[in-house]
Parts: sequence; C-alpha cells; structure tokens
Amino acid sequence: MSEQITLRVARYRPEEEDAAPAFADYDVPLRADWAVLDGLNHIKDELDGTLSYRWSCRMGICGSCGMMINGDPRLSCATFLSDLTPGPVRIEPLAHFPVIRDLVVDLTDFLHHLGQVRPWLIRDEEQPVEQGEYLQTPAQLQNFKQFSMCINCMLCYAACPVYGLDDAFVGPAAIALAHRYDLDSRDEGDRERLTILAQPDGVWDCTFVGECSAACPKGVDPAGAIQQVKLAAALDAVKSLVLPWRSR
Amino acid sequence: MISPWEARYYRRRMPRWWWARRRSYTTFVLRELSSVFVALFVVELLLLVRSVAHGAGAYENFLGTMANPAVIALNLVALAFVLLHAVTFANLTPRAMVVRVRDRTVPSRVVLAGVYLGWLGVTGFLAWLVVG
Amino acid sequence: MAHPPGRAGPEPFVWLLFSAGGMVAALVLPVLLVLFGVAIPLRWVPAPDHAHLLAVLGHPLTRLGLLGVCALALVHAAHRLRFTVEHAFQLGRFDPIIAAACYGAALAGTVAAASVLWAFP
Repeated sequence: MSEQITLRVARYRPEEEDAAPAFADYDVPLRADWAVLDGLNHIKDELDGTLSYRWSCRMGICGSCGMMINGDPRLSCATFLSDLTPGPVRIEPLAHFPVIRDLVVDLTDFLHHLGQVRPWLIRDEEQPVEQGEYLQTPAQLQNFKQFSMCINCMLCYAACPVYGLDDAFVGPAAIALAHRYDLDSRDEGDRERLTILAQPDGVWDCTFVGECSAACPKGVDPAGAIQQVKLAAALDAVKSLVLPWRSR
Repeated sequence: MISPWEARYYRRRMPRWWWARRRSYTTFVLRELSSVFVALFVVELLLLVRSVAHGAGAYENFLGTMANPAVIALNLVALAFVLLHAVTFANLTPRAMVVRVRDRTVPSRVVLAGVYLGWLGVTGFLAWLVVG
Repeated sequence: MAHPPGRAGPEPFVWLLFSAGGMVAALVLPVLLVLFGVAIPLRWVPAPDHAHLLAVLGHPLTRLGLLGVCALALVHAAHRLRFTVEHAFQLGRFDPIIAAACYGAALAGTVAAASVLWAFP
C-alpha cells in the first residue's frame, strides 16, 4: 500500500434541498509528481464521479483550474501534493465568486469587468492592411510584456479583499490588462481607458494590499499596474484642470 | 435579472474579521494603521513649535512632558509604526512609479536606491538642523 | 461606474495629496520622532537649546516647509484611515460620512497648524 494524503474538498450540490456546502474527505495516492489537480482527477475517475471542477491544460497556461488550496488562491495544476504533506489538504472554490457547484465558480462578473476596460488595441484610425503590420521594437515590447503574461485565472480576484468586500471594483487583472494596452506603443486608447478607470469603482478603490501580485502564478504585478494607472489618471486630471481647453 | 440557475448559486460573504484571519491581511491593516501614529506625531510636532513660540519656560515644560516614561513608551510604539510606514512606502515606490530616462526604464533597484539615498539625505539634514 | 464619462471627481487630487503626504511622512517624520520622542527624552542626545530652535523656526522657510509637511501628512493619514475603517469594519456604505469626518479632521488640523506656525514671534 503506497502513501496516501487526504483531500478535504468543498462540495456544493445546488439540486439538493437545503444544499449547504460541506466538506468531503477523499484519500488519494501521494505521488512525487502529482499536483492537486491529479488528486482531483483521481477522485473523479476512481472514487466519486459526481465531483465538479474546471481544468484543461495541466500546465499553468489555460488559467481554469484556480481554487483555494489550504486557504490560498492557487492553480491546482501547479501546486504539488508533496508540498502539502501531511494533509489533510483543504480545497475550496475560488474565494469572492458565486459558487455554481462544488469547485466551479461563476465567471460572469470577471468577464464583465474585463470587457469594461477595453483590453484590445485601440487606434484613432486603422492603418490599411496594405501598409503592413504595426511595428514595435524589442524595447517597446519590454515596456508592457510583464503585464501581457496574464492568463485570466482570477487568482488575484480571490486574493483581493477590496473585490471581496465589493464586487463592483474593476479588480486587479482587468486593470493590469488595461495598463498592458496603455503601455503598448501600437495603442492609442490610453485616454479612453483612463477615463473609464478613473471613475468610481475603478482604480481609486484599491488600497495596495498587494496580495494580487503575491497570488499571481505568472509573475504579473497587478498591484503595481494599478498604482501606475492611478498616477497617470491623477496627472491627467491635474492637466485637464490646469489646461481645460486642451482635453476632452 | 436573476435566472433560476443563479438563484441557487452559493454566495459567500467576507468574514467580519477577515483581516485577522490571514497574516498578510493583518500586516496590511497594521501598515494602514500607521497613519494614526503619523497624525499623532504631527500633533506632537505642533505642540513643540507652540512651546518654543511661548518661550524658554514652556519649552522646558514640553521637554519634561516628553521625558515622562509613559510618553516615551507611546512614542516608541509610534516610532515602530512610522518606521513601518516609511519602509513599506519606500519599497512600494518603484512599483508605483516607472522612471524612464530617454525611453529606457530605470531598473527598480536603482529607483529604490535613490529613494533610500534621499531618505538618508533628508534625515541627515534635519538632524543637523535640529541638533546643530 | 455610473458617472458620466469624462468627469473626474475629487479622487485623483485626493490621491495625489495622499501619495505626496506618504512620501513626506516617510522622509521627514522618522528622524524627528527618533530625536524628540526617544533620543532627547532619554538623554542620548542633548536637547537643543531654546534660542537655537527659536532661530531655526524663526526662518519663514522652515515654517512654510513644516506647514506643508503637517498638511500633507494629515491628508495622508485621513485618506488611509478612511479606507481602513471602511474596509476593516465593512462600512463602505457610510463612505460619505466617514470621508467627510476624516478629511474634515485633516483640514481642521491643517488650519490649527497654520495658526500655530503663523503666531510665531
């Protein structure tokens, strides 16, 4: 009999009357190369086929297997069981989001915030295709590359107490992505996004707790991005106060 | 409008004492509370200025009050918080402010070193100004 | 985000003052607190004599600088306290009252600081 570790998994079955979430314990093999996701797959395949959770790539790219592991927002494919011994390992759905079932949360609010900040290249005038690509130097790429590593896994939202207290807050990943396009030399949408982000429930709600950046599995620094947007928005506001004829 | 599916979502609320349940959140709240001691010391500074304005006797009284062990203890606590503020604020500066010189980003270590050098300079100048 | 686009509220200006206050407080307050709160009361450093401080504070630039430090540090404290109270005790719905109280106190403190510094002989 090989070594085992207990996974204490939050179960929520909305179809049952009086469906309060509860924990269920499952013993899974403790293997050196197994991540939490492998443990969950073992449960689904061998122990209890009713367990629901999201996953896809198993390699930290798709961003769909985020959950709370021992209270921390983590990608379950990148968190190894051998680092969590002796267990039990507490596994819960991503914090701050409504739970649909077991470990599956509703993404609607996040996708809404993401769309709000217009995370795509905005041009005053599109260049005709015949003129070729929008060129960019490696140095210009370096300016925003860090912020483009976001995989929309929403761990930063689960780490952010400000979003937990009020989900009207646009939140870390959306602002970091807005900043990624603001810093892109091919983009001309800075003012449009700044105007959106400077409104209530935009950047000013953030108090620089910094947990979003600590939680990010891709090394993005959303907390830094938010402060940089604050600075840009504040300087913009001062400019339009001093030179009212120049703007808007 | 809430669909029948959404009506059965399980919605969680932040625990009442959310910041006491996680060490990083507690540190954050302590960092924010440093502002209370910043304000407290501003008041002490103004009391010092007022005592100096009121003459040598008032100034001696002020020094006497500051030498009271309870006041020293309070000021030691205030100092811990003000230092927490100073260090955290300085360390967060390079993340909030990207310095570009001729289209090149200055490395954050250099910005941080600049902040601490500035701190050292201001500290030296003020110490010289006060103690003479 | 219900506000009409293009209209900046007071938040950007408050945030700039908050940041400036944080910077000033970090640079200026620790050394003064070490000196007047700890080192001088414990006699590690001899207390500067009255005439010296009178001369230093007598210079209008000193007092102007001190007023700036006090005002900015107070706005900084007010801003942080506002969000700390609202977030730590989940009182976000009372923001108008809490904000008014915090910034009001900072403004009152600044007026008090100005009166103390202006009344200098």
